[in-house]
Amino acid sequence: MRDISHTAGGPVETVPALLDRNAKTWPDRTAYREKEFGIWQSWTWAEAREEIRALALGLLNLGVQPGDFIAIIGTNRPHLYWAIPAAQMLGAVPVPLYSDSAAEEMAYVLDHCGARFVVAEDQEQVDKVLEVRAGLPALEHVLYLDPRGMRKYDHAHLHDFAHIQEQGRAARDELTPELERRAAALGPEDICVMLYTSGTTGKPKGVVLSHRNIVETSRNSSTFDDLGPGEEVLAYLPMAWVGDFIFSIGQAYWSGFCVNCPESAETLSTDLREIGPSYYFAPPRIFETQLTNVMIRMEDAGRFKKWLFDKFMAHARRVGGRLLDRQPVGTADRLLYRLGGWLVYGPLKDTLGLGRVRVGYTAGEAIGPEIFDFYRSLGINLKQLYGQTEASVFITQQPDGEVRSDTVGVASPGVELKIDESGEVFYRSPGVFQLYYKNPESTASTKDAEGWVATGDAGFIEEGTGHLRIIDRAKDVGKMADGRLFAPKYVENKLKFFPAILEAVVFGDGRETCAAFINIDLTAVGNWAERNNIAYSSYQELAGHPQVLETIRSHVEEVNRSVAADEMLSGCQIHRFLVLHKELDADDGEMTRTRKVRRKIVAEKYADLIAALYDGSKQVSTRTEVTYEDGRKGHISATLTLCDAAVVAQGAERVAAE
Amino acid sequence: MSVAEQMVTDQPGEGWVTEDGRRIGGVMMEMRNITLRFGGVEAIKDISFDIRQGEIRAIIGPNGAGKSSMLNVISGFYNPQEGEVWYHGNRRPRMRPYEVARQGVARTFQNIALFEGMTVLDNVMTGRLNHMKSGIFRQALWFGRAEREEIENREKVEQIIDFLEIQSIRKTPVARLPYGLKKRVELARALAAEPSLLLLDEPMAGMNVEEKEDMSRFILDVNDEFGTTIALIEHDMGVVMDLSDRVVVMDYGRKIGDGTPEEVRSNQDVIDAYLGVAHE
Repeated sequence: MRDISHTAGGPVETVPALLDRNAKTWPDRTAYREKEFGIWQSWTWAEAREEIRALALGLLNLGVQPGDFIAIIGTNRPHLYWAIPAAQMLGAVPVPLYSDSAAEEMAYVLDHCGARFVVAEDQEQVDKVLEVRAGLPALEHVLYLDPRGMRKYDHAHLHDFAHIQEQGRAARDELTPELERRAAALGPEDICVMLYTSGTTGKPKGVVLSHRNIVETSRNSSTFDDLGPGEEVLAYLPMAWVGDFIFSIGQAYWSGFCVNCPESAETLSTDLREIGPSYYFAPPRIFETQLTNVMIRMEDAGRFKKWLFDKFMAHARRVGGRLLDRQPVGTADRLLYRLGGWLVYGPLKDTLGLGRVRVGYTAGEAIGPEIFDFYRSLGINLKQLYGQTEASVFITQQPDGEVRSDTVGVASPGVELKIDESGEVFYRSPGVFQLYYKNPESTASTKDAEGWVATGDAGFIEEGTGHLRIIDRAKDVGKMADGRLFAPKYVENKLKFFPAILEAVVFGDGRETCAAFINIDLTAVGNWAERNNIAYSSYQELAGHPQVLETIRSHVEEVNRSVAADEMLSGCQIHRFLVLHKELDADDGEMTRTRKVRRKIVAEKYADLIAALYDGSKQVSTRTEVTYEDGRKGHISATLTLCDAAVVAQGAERVAAE
Repeated sequence: MSVAEQMVTDQPGEGWVTEDGRRIGGVMMEMRNITLRFGGVEAIKDISFDIRQGEIRAIIGPNGAGKSSMLNVISGFYNPQEGEVWYHGNRRPRMRPYEVARQGVARTFQNIALFEGMTVLDNVMTGRLNHMKSGIFRQALWFGRAEREEIENREKVEQIIDFLEIQSIRKTPVARLPYGLKKRVELARALAAEPSLLLLDEPMAGMNVEEKEDMSRFILDVNDEFGTTIALIEHDMGVVMDLSDRVVVMDYGRKIGDGTPEEVRSNQDVIDAYLGVAHE
């Protein structure tokens, strides 16, 4: 292959420079696709560059100065992605925001970075910005993509995206020299993007990443998995999330692959099937949901189809993973697997939209071994990686042939790892962030003078293989009253592997025993209820149903047996639990926008329930505040049953507590 | 320039601008002394009112007041024994409903009238029927004009699907949809005809609060984006008062009130007949 890391002008070190290179190297290759009006519309690299430059000129015309912050709010749309390099080539800093944030959350970030410009997707986002505009003195202009419903708004500081592009095109001759001057001044140390971490604790922090961070990381990781032009990705994860930035901007620009934007969140599965991505990322939750849906549909299938599915899936579980890892497999097994490929695996993969996946990743949370093995046994090369915003994603990842569900892989190219005495994982890499914006204390406490960054996760490097294993968040790892190790996440993950359990929160730091909150998975449990003729009128009623509680109890006890097997963590067995009357929700502040439980807030909010778990009572009544999507608040009351679970006593083989 | 705006310039001196900046034009349709009888029953008794270009006009009243009959007169389904219907300045002769539809009047039905076995897309495409001119022969063989037409019409339909945010059910048979979505599909089909007057028969009946909010939003957006004049019948008072520019109130086949929501709300006859006792 031709060396694409250099052009005549020297090494390509910034995202806008990569854009120029791609438009020159692959002018006719598709760079972006978006489904609009039922048809996939596409833009080649040359066309994308023209659109981006038109936008940049338009923004220049609007008065964008170097160092300005330009917030980008919306779902994955090519036009919103274009705002990123457009801002960069003007020396401005793009700041993608979570589109599902409430207005106040948005206000915090817009105020913190002092954004002068906002590029918003539609009326919904514009309304949120206008709502908090009074508190944002720095904010000057808002651009919107979808003009629907916007006609009557005051357009003094509000602009149609397409109109700004037109203005840019009209002023091309006058403004191009200034654009060229600014683009030429751009270097690898300049800021590429600022991404706000969702913050499991406290306010979000603005992570500043340089062009060098992004370009080097993209180069290393693209090489690691041999990504090149011709890959297809589906951009559907939040633009504000660093993973999407690396996949849809960093790696896409480095490797020159095509970014496909779905029509809407609801059509995602159809769009996924139509595109058939070759490189795919999804958090474990999505793989879980997909698997749950497959299983539910197979339950409804005819007897013969069900038999066929069970038969071949059993075979796939036996040999599929080994075939993927190129381990020796007998000829008869190979032939049977190929037959299964025609009859079951192929059609199933097509239905899931994963028929062409060459490299698939999951990260963010631990993934259940059954789920992981299910996809791998189908021949989908699903791997795990471990990363953070502060690392420009990649810290560790699994090389082909060394894939397991319980590790997160070896150090990514260019990354050094070390574990300190307390067990916390540290790393140093070319992707390490510059600083937290306007927060020198946090910067200093996270990144030391030698460039080592604390991950906040406790883990260890496995002897022999060199793979990293993560136990839990370092600050969450505690001690039980008797001094034994308390690692809640470890237990929660085991619980969440059951389809009936959506979320779990384990308590027990400094206490004699552990207790847990459980959230049921409405899809799985609802389906089970339908199948068993169990009537229920609400989530709350289903969650409190005696048979549901019994099922959850059996899951908890199974987890206890598995936890007891590990001597170090046997203290984390769950003695008592309850099933929550509402789903933990980001709108209520109980989870982050990336759906990680905010342990402390949950513990404070439901202090009465925790007290009841430990005082031995059989039932507890509670009243909980809930926030609706539009920000209004309400209350729900419930009486919850507290359940005991059998634990395995230390030293004994198996002794039931009750 | 929308149709509504054209009318305003066409007829200077007529119409007004609403508080939220929408332009209400001249009279588009006028009902003059309409009386409709079924045998000995007088469903509508000597009613007159008008519908102006670009407005949202509501017809309200208790059960059996004659609201749906009125809508059926407008859509040409019933022909009144007495009275005249004037449309765009001309007296409308006796017409069949399809002839009325060709004049740019589209409607939805109280009890959803979609083709249950067909997909959403196909249902909405049927709304384009009056815009298709190729013969049955070309359509069957799919060549020449038929092909071009279908592509053009599909494009229009896709814009409506996008507008009403029903992309995810494009290929779903209507029978599989929940009630609220079926209502939306009906609206989509009516919009596909690109009507200048859209009649909605209880668009929010049987919906929950959230669905009502969505539907209200769509009705306002249709009026705003396409400049479509809308006449609707609705039971939910809150919705009617929020949505409409002017309201006709009917009771026992008679018109007992006509005016802005505020006027209607303070009209003693209306309060007595329909709204109950006024709150202090």
